[in-house]
Formats: sequence, structure tokens, C-alpha cells
Amino acid sequence: MTERPVLAVIGAGPAGLAAALAAAARRVHVVLVDSAAEPGGQFYRQPARRLGARRPQALHHQWRTWERLSEGLVAHLAAGRVTHLSDHHVWCVERESDGRKTTGFTVHALLGPEQERSVAVRADGVLLATGAYEKVLPFPGGTLPGVVTAGGAQAMLKGGLALPGRTAVVAGTGPLLLPVATGLAAAGARVTALVESADPRDVARRARGLAAQPAKLTEAAGYAVRLARHRIPVMARHTVLEAHGRDRLESVAVAALDTEGRAVPGTERRLTCDTLAVGHGLLPHTDLAEGLGCRLDGPAVQVDEEQRTDVPGVWAAGETTGIGGAGLSLAEGHIAGRSAAAHLYGTAPDPGEWAAAARSRTRLRAFFAELDGAYAAPVRWTERLTDATVVCRCEEVTAGAVREAVGALGAGDLRTVKLLTRAGMGWCQGRMCEPGVAGIADCELTPGRRLLARPVPLGVLAAPPEPRRRPGEPTSPR
Amino acid sequence: MNPLDLARARPGTPFTVTFDGREIEALPGQTVAAALWSAGVTSWRTTRGAGRPRGVFCGIGVCFDCLVTVDGRPGLRACLVPAVPGADIRTQEGTGHDD
Repeated sequence: MTERPVLAVIGAGPAGLAAALAAAARRVHVVLVDSAAEPGGQFYRQPARRLGARRPQALHHQWRTWERLSEGLVAHLAAGRVTHLSDHHVWCVERESDGRKTTGFTVHALLGPEQERSVAVRADGVLLATGAYEKVLPFPGGTLPGVVTAGGAQAMLKGGLALPGRTAVVAGTGPLLLPVATGLAAAGARVTALVESADPRDVARRARGLAAQPAKLTEAAGYAVRLARHRIPVMARHTVLEAHGRDRLESVAVAALDTEGRAVPGTERRLTCDTLAVGHGLLPHTDLAEGLGCRLDGPAVQVDEEQRTDVPGVWAAGETTGIGGAGLSLAEGHIAGRSAAAHLYGTAPDPGEWAAAARSRTRLRAFFAELDGAYAAPVRWTERLTDATVVCRCEEVTAGAVREAVGALGAGDLRTVKLLTRAGMGWCQGRMCEPGVAGIADCELTPGRRLLARPVPLGVLAAPPEPRRRPGEPTSPR
Repeated sequence: MNPLDLARARPGTPFTVTFDGREIEALPGQTVAAALWSAGVTSWRTTRGAGRPRGVFCGIGVCFDCLVTVDGRPGLRACLVPAVPGADIRTQEGTGHDD
């Protein structure tokens, strides 16, 4: 390896790939660290190679962009400008300092699906492109097998070419429900309803913002055509009240919502299904940023015009800085990669060089802010939870227990509810239940402040540090 | 239509794994969860408290609902672990450590 500075890019989705390509093209050695077996992230999740998919684009949107990213990555890998560490689950990024200033970073990652052994990679700079995960809201019956997140149904379809059942209802709120419903239908599931709690009038009212986005209008029209082609009925301003079944999902009860968000009496219907794909938007993955001490802005990592966090040497791009889709992630990744390349060589970047990406970033951020308003989380959903409804899936904590902690015991924040009920103390460390608990407790959804981004075996934490390697070279696993 | 035909997949030779002793067919490259789903199985864990059935929920390794026991090792996320020929996949009861 030459004297090139090393940039660790965490995450190989649209933002991470765009960043890696931009930095590698500017004489930075990029170590691309990603938890999946193949690059692509969630948006461009690829079928497992050995499934031999000859037409993976049938499961995807914006395939040409993927081809461009993928070809760029292959070229940089061949030239040795990028090292791709796949199946590496980053659990911590350590900042090294000489007492006064940052001297570098060590990225710690668990290997493979077993996640029992860990390696460490040193880098001069870190770019966080850790993406997002699904925001889950509880409802009665929500833990029945056959109930999956919307993104989960899509991930299993794209990656494993598998469906959970034959008859599906897609429900919740947000733009993700459209590709999930049409994707499941294209793959052979009978999608009997797309249940969307938002009001199409709210979306139309924001048509001014939408009209400035011809590409997004075309995309929306495309979904309308596909919904019609697959004969998927859209039930707008409706919600799932409850999932029914003994040991697996058998049907869901849905009802219309009035303008106050209440279920309209007499509109309840049962839909028979073996699959319910439910989504309420996404939340940024910010654990690594929090561990590094980066400032957050609400639920997302705060960045400046160059995608720099407030910690020197740490950049962030894509949905970890706010939910905005693949196009925005690409623009942010590109800017972050260019900025990192310049600063790692000790020079100031010229923002004029990324003016096009910056314009696209401005436009898409405005668009998603509008969209977010239209697809605001349903109101009054907590009123529909019985006391027996499971809110924390890991620790099996019910809505009743959370209500008791809030009402009788006076808990007013996520942390206190957690200490009193164990909600959020299980395997997922609260990622699945925090929005639900916050809703029931009527408190703010504050960042989780997880010291480690994943469960780490004690043996890994207890192991003595490996002798240092050259930057960019992983230590041997231990 | 099915997902394999939609993506015009030409997978390698299918192989056999067992789920709670029953033989099921899996495809090279599939995770344990994808193989079980394709065989019509949607739950492979019972919870520690109420003993309720669980399977895939988030599908991307975040929620830990799909924990399963493979070849005697409990606590593996079925949505991440690849299925391999002859794997002995078993329903994980509770933590999987107390049977």
C-alpha cells in the first residue's frame, strides 16, 4: 500500500458506495466495511449470489444507477483503491488521540453471521453511511408469526427470493408501502389490500412540493399503474386495528379513520391473509455516531454543508443523517466522499465541484420534508392498544405494564420506563419498541445512546488488543 | 409467478436440511429463514415468558425475533445465517440454553 490516507466507509448502500467511489477517485484508500455478503445496502439488496438470479432488476428500482455504482466499485476493487470487507458487522468506532487532537480511528467489526470473532481496522477518517431501520408501532396481535415489517418482507424477497405466505396485506403509512405491495404482488403473492393511514388529500395539498419533482411524479404514476395492474385495492385513511390468529396470522381487522384519527364505528372489516407487512417509516441508525460523540439533530446525525459531523475526521451521509431515500443518499455520499478526500490530504475542498449534487440534495431534502408531513404517523394509535398488547417484543412487556410505569409510578421518559419494566432491555436494545413506548408514555423519542452498536461476546471485549497493523489492514480475528 | 421465476433464478442443486427432525429442501445461498419460509414454516422460536411462537419480523438482523437453534447452537438469527446441507435446525425454546 502507498502513503494514501485511509478512509473507512461504514455501510455499502447508496450513500456508502457513492462516498467510496468519490473518495477512491481522489487518491484515498477506502476500506468499505459492510454487514451484508454483497454490496447494495437495503435499497439495492442483491439476491444471494448462489441463487443465480439472471434478472435481479425485476425486484428493483433505478437499476441503471446500481449498475453504475457496481461497475465503479468493481473497477476500484481491481485497482486496489478500495478494500471491501463484507460480512463485517461494525460494533464500535474508536477515536484515537494524542491528548490534544484526533490521530486516527479504529473500526471494530464482528465477522460473519456468527458474530463471535472480531477484527480491528485503523483509518485516518471515518464516513458513516449506516442507513436506517424500520420504525415499529405496536398493535394487538402484532407479534404473531406472519406479521413482518414492510422492509423485512422486501429484504427477504430481494435477498432470499422468498415470500412468507400467499395472501398479503400491506399496511401502515409512508412511501415504502408502494414498492413493497407491488413487489410482493409481482413475485406472486396475492396482495388483498394496501392499507394507508394517511389521507391522499394531505399528499395532494403538498402537490406544490411534488410538482417541483418531475422524477418523483413519474415514480408515483408508475406505482399507480402497477397497483392497478396487480389489482391491489388501496384503502386510504384506514388502519389495521388488530391481527388475528392462534399461532400464526389468519386475518387482520381494518377500519376507516376519521379526521381526528379515530376508527369510524361500523367500518370495521376482516381481511383474510397469512402475511401482514407493516411499516410506519424509518429511523436512522446512529449508534456508531453516538459512540463517537457526534451531535445529533433529533433522531439523525447532524452534518454541515460538507456532510461533516461535529467530530473532526468523521463524516456522515445517507439516511443516518435523516430519512430521504436512495437519491438523496447518493448525493450526500458523493459530497461526503469528496469532502473527506480533500481534508484527508490537508486541503480545503471546493464546494463548486459538487454543485450539482448539492442542488439535488437541497431539492430532495425539501421534497422529503413535505412527504414526511403528509405521511405523519397516525394519531391516537395508542388508544387502540389493549393492556395485553405486547410492546417490547424481546422482553414481552405489555402496553399495560408501560401504562402502569407512567401512570402509577410516574415514569416520564424512555429510560425510566425501561428501568421499571425492562422495555428496551432485550436483544434488540430497544430499536423495535422505543417508538411504541414513547407513544404510550407520551414522551419524546430520544436517541438510545447504545455504547455498542451490536451484542458483542464478552470474550471479544476481554481479548487483549492486537498488535497494530498498517492503516486499512484488518487484524487477525479474535 | 414466484420470486425465483421473477428473478429468473437458476440456483444450484437443492439440498436437504432438517427442521425439528423433518426434512425440508433448501437452495444454495438461502438463509435459514428464507429456506424455512419457502417450506411454509413461519415460526421457529417460543418466547421465554409466555412461550409464544415467533419467526422473522425485521428481516435484516435488527430485531432478534427470528432466533433459532442450528446444529445445537441457539441464538442465531435465521435471517442472517445461511442454510447449509444437512443443517439440523430446531425450534428455539426460550433462550435455547435450558433444555
